[in-house]
Amino acid sequence: MSTAEAPPASTNGRKDESLDTVVIRFCGDSGDGMQLVGTQFTNVSASFGNDVSTLPDFPAEIRAPAGSLAGVSGYQLCFSNHDIFTPGDEVDTLVAMNPAALKTNLADLKRGGTLIINEDAFDKSNLQKANYAANPLEDQNLLSGYRVHRIPMTRLTRDAVDGLGLSQREADRCRNFFALGLVYWLYDRDHKPTEDWVTSKFKKNPQIVEANLRALKAGSNFGFSTESFTVHYHVSPAKLPPGKYRKITGNEATAYGLVTAAQLAGKNLFYGGYPITPASDILHELAMLKKFGVRTFQAEDEIAAMSSIVGAAFAGQLAITASSGPGICLKGEAMGLGLMTELPMIIVDVQRGGPSTGLPTKTEQSDLLLAMFGRNGDSPLPIVAAATPSDCFYAVQEAARIALEFMVPVIFLSDGYIANGAEPWKIPKVADLKATKVTHPGPSDETEEFLPYKRNEKLARPWAIPGTKGLEHRIGGLEKSDVTGHVDYSPENHQHMVLTRQRKVDAVAETIPLQTVEGPEKGKLLVISWGGTYGAVRTAVHTALKQGQSVAHTHLRYMNPFPKNLGDIIKNYEKVLIPELNTGQLRLLIRGKYLVDAVGLNKIKGKPFLVSEIVQAIQDLL
Amino acid sequence: MSVEQLPVLTAKDFASDQEIRWCPRCGDYSILAQMKKVLPTLGIPREKFVFVSGIGCSSRFPYYVNTYGFHGIHGRAPAIATGVKLANPDMQVWVITGDGDALSIGGNHLMHVIRRNVDLKIILFNNQIYGLTKGQYSPTSPAGVKTKSSPYGAIDNPLSPISVAIGTEATFVARAVDVDIKHLTMVLERAAHHEGTAFVEVYQDCNVFNSGAFNYASKKESKDDHVIYLEHGKPLIFGANRNKGIRVNEGNRPEIVELGNGITEDDLLFHDEKAAEPSLAFMLGRMRYPEFPEPMGIFRAVSRPIYDREVEKQVNAVSQAQGPGDLDELFDSGDTWTVT
Repeated sequence: MSTAEAPPASTNGRKDESLDTVVIRFCGDSGDGMQLVGTQFTNVSASFGNDVSTLPDFPAEIRAPAGSLAGVSGYQLCFSNHDIFTPGDEVDTLVAMNPAALKTNLADLKRGGTLIINEDAFDKSNLQKANYAANPLEDQNLLSGYRVHRIPMTRLTRDAVDGLGLSQREADRCRNFFALGLVYWLYDRDHKPTEDWVTSKFKKNPQIVEANLRALKAGSNFGFSTESFTVHYHVSPAKLPPGKYRKITGNEATAYGLVTAAQLAGKNLFYGGYPITPASDILHELAMLKKFGVRTFQAEDEIAAMSSIVGAAFAGQLAITASSGPGICLKGEAMGLGLMTELPMIIVDVQRGGPSTGLPTKTEQSDLLLAMFGRNGDSPLPIVAAATPSDCFYAVQEAARIALEFMVPVIFLSDGYIANGAEPWKIPKVADLKATKVTHPGPSDETEEFLPYKRNEKLARPWAIPGTKGLEHRIGGLEKSDVTGHVDYSPENHQHMVLTRQRKVDAVAETIPLQTVEGPEKGKLLVISWGGTYGAVRTAVHTALKQGQSVAHTHLRYMNPFPKNLGDIIKNYEKVLIPELNTGQLRLLIRGKYLVDAVGLNKIKGKPFLVSEIVQAIQDLL
Repeated sequence: MSVEQLPVLTAKDFASDQEIRWCPRCGDYSILAQMKKVLPTLGIPREKFVFVSGIGCSSRFPYYVNTYGFHGIHGRAPAIATGVKLANPDMQVWVITGDGDALSIGGNHLMHVIRRNVDLKIILFNNQIYGLTKGQYSPTSPAGVKTKSSPYGAIDNPLSPISVAIGTEATFVARAVDVDIKHLTMVLERAAHHEGTAFVEVYQDCNVFNSGAFNYASKKESKDDHVIYLEHGKPLIFGANRNKGIRVNEGNRPEIVELGNGITEDDLLFHDEKAAEPSLAFMLGRMRYPEFPEPMGIFRAVSRPIYDREVEKQVNAVSQAQGPGDLDELFDSGDTWTVT
């Protein structure tokens, strides 16, 4: 933290402070538009050049009772002048639009942090709904550790839009822009991108455009002219690697990666899906991309979605489905069919809190064993897991490569945290991306029998597309004789085929990069992470390294098979720590495969790890 | 310019090299034989056919036809076939299913594939029993039937496949009997030529677990009085002497009348398979043995937008309006910024 030389005019004589990293959380009722303003702040900061990382956190109910604790929706974002890997442990500035939001979020605000409150919302009814016996704004003990700004946002917003002929309800819906304007002023953000967005979004309703612009301006002016804000902050752009950037969420990156994989393989993308939180955005994105030859099929259920992609894969296209835990359970039988018929396809699982309906909008990593074992019979499938929102773009292309090269369904694991979270994405050039070459057997004269299970050196069988003369063949879920593909229940053949399917998946390890380690190559502790906990674990290990601890980090993207050298890496450390958002699923696999007494750090709260939690676990083990 | 000549195919060309494993005298043999007769007449090369099935005795069918074939999982054939058709629209796709496969475990998919009107030919082999699992009652078994899983009689009320198809707005609905060879062939041909979902129920005798269930409709000595053949634009007449007919009475219900004594053909119900309203077809579907002769033939054959073609149309329309997709352009969209 350092003081800038000349304060810009916009500070109105206020002290101007430069900060490295700031964490802001907007929270309010689920109807208060918190996701919207969080996204706007993120976009503005990203295009300003900060590194950003976000954590949207919203209830499963579209509109829980207004003012209730269950209905609180929050959007946390971290923006920085250097590269960051998490949305932050502690909140610097908390915007609370009502008592329920204050109650559920105050604990995350750091001591001395800025608390911006819409005091108009602290009426008797709202206090009651938030289970406050007395008004917390009157409670000196509760708020003494924070820089509190009680602002009558409802009244000020109504005043700002006065004369536009809005109903009170419509006027109150502009409060989020008042709050946004105020925070924009506080952190010296450019209004222009948001003004443009509002103008385009509501272009059919000029009155609403004007109202939201006025509310934004009023919020900003409030910060500028009132004396309650004594400091004005500035966060410079980050020194990211040179190039052109945009903001991307995990689900967007997954959709883009899938379209890219299909295009580069010379295939149309067929997507069969059924709406489910938090995977639906992949369907929404792909449905927009028809000009890339994408066919999206919104099936009647998860089973039909999965079955349709088995059919589409048989018919010769790159076939995809995406779902979350409950849907993946329903797809299990048809996934087995895809495995048995040895066809290329990708099953995306955007994990959420389980079991059963569980926590639909919260993140978890608890489907790893479902992905590994969630089918009848010995039914191994390759599994790839993305580490960050933008990594989804590359990891899902890897899933496609494996599927197409090995003729096998591949499971791609994402999670609610990276699916909805956003970060800057260095825009790639298509020419720099690697294409997977796909070949199909051509028409044949009918004297020789086509052998659908005659394998190549990778144990992949030929992908003969219906419509190709002379290659008519029949496949299905019954056990097949190798080479001919005829139905075959004989004991020797079944053993051979079960082992062959396993060998084929094992052989994927020959085509993936060797596992690498960050930190010392030998030492006391190795921390193994996978999936969306990458950022928090990486940051924690870096912190511990700076403190001089003998600790290293390795992050897995390939969950099945593991990289060939993982066992050797593990042997170089005295202890192994595996932080996971489940009760120890990767730990079970690592223990089983490498006979190592790995220790778990397991959090099952529907929330990502805090860096401090992992730092603490590292310290406890050393 | 050369015109490619389609080879002249025969039933033999559609026989696969697989040993057929149905029970001797199973009704499935006849359906397979008629199918192999119809396929070569359609002017479609063999490699352009795909047969998709679910699970059950009938679902072994694809193994016995020398085309592309996919033996799926229980109940899911309509969904698998939808994927095949959407991914490869040039194929003529047939779905082979049974009463348990299509109406019990796969009921949801059947309903949705029909309402979408995907261009599939669905042949439902109805034997009113679970054969492959050795004799439990099915969703089409009559109430009261005693089977291994209903030793004191089935309590379930059965479904009518025809009612389900019409109720979900099928554009082509037909029924035939496995051993009524000529008629079955005609129905299969009509199904093959229909554009959109063609739904055909075939009464199929499971001679091991439910033998003779359809004797009234298949035996020479009884069928004339218990079956009525639907012909578009013609009155509904039946009986060995063709002296009985179906009339709609004042309560808008069908009734059996004898021709003569002042009742002429003009008083009878005339079949209209192209009626836009499905109520006539629905009424016919509800005429059941033994009160009525059961209608055979085409209940309904109408035209409606076809799902797979609409999907193609939309993809083409969007591509035309927006120009072909350019990945670099896609990545570089929205708010971007440059770091130097």
